[in-house]
Amino acid sequence: MQAETQYPESMPVTQDVLNTIAISRDEYALIVERLGREPNEVELGMFGALWSEHCGYKNSKALLRQLPAEGPYVLTRRGTENAGAIDIGDGVCVVLKIESHNHPSAIEPYQGAATGVGGIVRDIFAMGARPIAILDSLRFGPITPNDTSIPSADSGPGPEAIARNRYLFDGVVAGIAWYGNCLGIPTVGGEVFFESAYSANPLVNAMCVGIAPIDRLASAKAEGPGNLLMLVGADTGRDGIHGASGLASRTDPHARFEELRPAVQVGNPFLEKMLMEACLDLAHHHSDWITGIQDLGAAGLTASSAESAARGGTGLVIDVAKVPRREESMTPYEVMLSESQERMLIIVRKGHADDVACLFERWEVPWTIIGHVSDDRLIHIMDGAGEVATLPVDTLVEAPEYTREGVRPPELDELEALDIMSLPDLEASASSAPAADGDGSSPLARTGEGTAVRDPNAALLRLLASPNIASKRWVYRQYDQSVLANTVVAAGADAAVMRIKGTPKAIAISVDGNGSYAQLSPYAGGAMAVAEAARNVVCTGAQPVAVTDCLNFGNPERPEVYYQMQEVIRGISDACSELATPVISGNVSLYNETDDRSIYPTPVIGMLGILDDVTRHCGMAFANDADEVFVLGAMLEQPAASLAGSEYLKEIRGLIGGRLTMDLGLEARLHRAVLALIRQRIATAAHDCSNGGLAVALAEMCLAGGKGLDASGADLGLRLDAALFGEAQSRVILTTRPGERGALDQIARAGGIPYARIGRVTAERRLRLGPIDLSLDVMRDSYESGLERALIDKPV
Amino acid sequence: MESMRFAVLVFPGTWSDRDCQWALSKVMGHQADLVWHREGDLSSYDCVVLPGGFSYGDYLRTGAIARFSPVMAAVSRHVEEGKPVFGICNGFQILCEAHHLPGALVRNDSLQYRCEWVHLRVENAETPFTTPCEPGQVLTMPISHGEGRYVADDATLAKLESGNRIVFRYCTPTGQVTSAANPNGSERNIAGIVNERGNVLGMMPHPERACEALMGGEDGLLLWQSVVEWARQGVGV
Repeated sequence: MQAETQYPESMPVTQDVLNTIAISRDEYALIVERLGREPNEVELGMFGALWSEHCGYKNSKALLRQLPAEGPYVLTRRGTENAGAIDIGDGVCVVLKIESHNHPSAIEPYQGAATGVGGIVRDIFAMGARPIAILDSLRFGPITPNDTSIPSADSGPGPEAIARNRYLFDGVVAGIAWYGNCLGIPTVGGEVFFESAYSANPLVNAMCVGIAPIDRLASAKAEGPGNLLMLVGADTGRDGIHGASGLASRTDPHARFEELRPAVQVGNPFLEKMLMEACLDLAHHHSDWITGIQDLGAAGLTASSAESAARGGTGLVIDVAKVPRREESMTPYEVMLSESQERMLIIVRKGHADDVACLFERWEVPWTIIGHVSDDRLIHIMDGAGEVATLPVDTLVEAPEYTREGVRPPELDELEALDIMSLPDLEASASSAPAADGDGSSPLARTGEGTAVRDPNAALLRLLASPNIASKRWVYRQYDQSVLANTVVAAGADAAVMRIKGTPKAIAISVDGNGSYAQLSPYAGGAMAVAEAARNVVCTGAQPVAVTDCLNFGNPERPEVYYQMQEVIRGISDACSELATPVISGNVSLYNETDDRSIYPTPVIGMLGILDDVTRHCGMAFANDADEVFVLGAMLEQPAASLAGSEYLKEIRGLIGGRLTMDLGLEARLHRAVLALIRQRIATAAHDCSNGGLAVALAEMCLAGGKGLDASGADLGLRLDAALFGEAQSRVILTTRPGERGALDQIARAGGIPYARIGRVTAERRLRLGPIDLSLDVMRDSYESGLERALIDKPV
Repeated sequence: MESMRFAVLVFPGTWSDRDCQWALSKVMGHQADLVWHREGDLSSYDCVVLPGGFSYGDYLRTGAIARFSPVMAAVSRHVEEGKPVFGICNGFQILCEAHHLPGALVRNDSLQYRCEWVHLRVENAETPFTTPCEPGQVLTMPISHGEGRYVADDATLAKLESGNRIVFRYCTPTGQVTSAANPNGSERNIAGIVNERGNVLGMMPHPERACEALMGGEDGLLLWQSVVEWARQGVGV
């Protein structure tokens, strides 16, 4: 369609203007066609915001339609409200959503990440739900000069890039902590990965989960002509203008970062706390006073007003002269496009303006009536007596939709062709257990040549200390995890478990994604993100029921990136269908590239699970001496190919490659079996096998429980490296009391799940697994200080 | 058992109010009302709780604005009458700013926020807040603060020591008071103190989060039970 468009002979706008709002010439022509006239400056700015990639999903909408959206517990259809809602029974619903704040965080990490939290929290309480948990999925470039993912070529990040990545990591974590802690919402989980693909383009995906009585769930509809529009919260300033269109919807050269900093908003979590309490008071106790609550996020007043009018099938009249400002001489354009934080739009029923105003005053939150609902399906923007913009709501919110031709990236063939079989295996005889117990640091000493590692003990310790696997305690101890008194299992486990007060239930929440997997095999990578997130939830004993997804990609106009989007979304779609977990909300972040380098395609899956009986939740720590330890699902013996995309291959061999496969049928059967074992109280601990494979998972179970494992006799097959560190999917380690093997056997057989007994839990604090023999103290030193050491590492 | 009346104060930005209310009412069965900071009368309550949070966003200085809230005059009357006042986290900070307790709470020496379960050694088991405890008993409960480093001048610290007013110190699981066990750099590992009369407690850790086994521990109950017992006996201090 674009190719045939005839440009008007004399374009009244310059290319510079269009660039500022990231609207193409073709799109401009389309606006003129749909309006039947040229838009004025304010109107064009409003189109720029709503037709931006960030708000309009121009390049992703068609692909997102294939995601399953329906399910037995789903209360809201994806995209229709600020967040998705799930009925968990007992009259309670859970509301969840994830959103990216990648571009602002790349430019100003502390405020960028903080306002990312602020935005997602507003989406939740706009629904009338009290936020009870925050999770964050974070990606940064390497923070240690000794990261083996850094290409050895000169083009790899130098000391300056390492310093920048550390600054971004430190700032993002502190920003999340500041905002979430001040709000009094616990941050209970998440993930952090470091890969060179994210150097200078970090990913900050924040997820929030809230709960509400079902009959108090609020909507974001502007209904009822004559009803009033009340703007509550912060004054409006010039911060964040063009945030949606500029920052989040195109690629900016790294060199412009300093110049763009004013486009990043500055947060005020204290005001947001008061705003939250006031909105919840309104939704829970006075819902008859209003028809809608709408968050002002990306594209500020423009998007919030247009979207609420579109939902209500109405029009709006807004007088920008009434909007309280924090800066002088702001234009209507600036007021409509400001992304100042901590603001909400309340649609107040006629006759209740005083009631609502009193409520906000009681909570010490400023309020102003800025307009009213009309019945003409037009948005009228007034500046006092003069009308400065008049646009049809439907035209404004119907951004063009692009379907492109994806082209499989040629380098995928090369990556897939990596001959892992020909790599030297680890050698059982090279074990250096006695030496490893010495000062605890010797096995960690780097040889400089990753390929020289032959000793399984040394390989395990190095993986435990690598920033991607090491304990993230340095991160999560900066987050309040227990405020609100719901946290049964906090960060550092497979999934967070939150009890639901007033019911016997709990929810389990996990957020997962693996960019390396999706880079190698986009389809499998998408499916694996869902499978792992669900498996994590299953390991706590919860039934996975719904997904919120954050899809991070590069520039969709590149055919290779579009191919990644197509494949990743197809993978997510298939996995969500197989596992019966509809996608109820989400966000797409495109144009994640810097200086022509794209990030790894990074699907991040937030998974919600329901536990009917909180007292039956299962942990990952080895619980009792002499418990029997089993591997369920994918088996012990693994082909070398299972090392594809693994941390072992990257960290120990300095390689990224291989081909990933995923058996969704096995995954679903595994979940059923594990849930049955936990519900029948046969399982005493369960843990997902993921990054770092079997050996890392077992080490984590030992460390969490302060107990050892004797699996020295386990049959690890022909490839030691693949058995110990391969990352085959669909695998769970599960323990039972001695003598429960019969019960386990029965459930596994009935479910068609292979399993093997590998050993038993010991009071002696050692991990013995095939040739591996290490004390817990040595492992703990690597695992618990790996991240902090990486942050101060000097090049070797 | 006769139920007790607790006033749980809510300043703008307070967030442990609901947790205190939950522990006191749902877990322990007492009456616990959330009282907005504009209230002027607390005389009907047996115990006043100043919970944790970020009153006024911690802007200016932690607790510095909240101390001027209207309810603080009523808190002063409560203090003067010898009734128990229980300040937790931000409540401790407010009580210091209001000069009901000496010293101040400043930025953690790590310069980072810290939330983790810590061990506390009971230094004085004879306060209205610690009577069910043994001297030297080790309690566990979470901390959650960015500015919990207790500081005071040497004369004040000496007075606290000699008056046996240091109620809790951060310690190892076996009760050793070491610098490694100190999560924020507090002087002499101080985690909680009382005023001279003994009826005002300020502590950084959160006992209200340690009142149910499901939440990770129940040691916090000891402190609340102590207040209840003490108030029931009607013993003034």
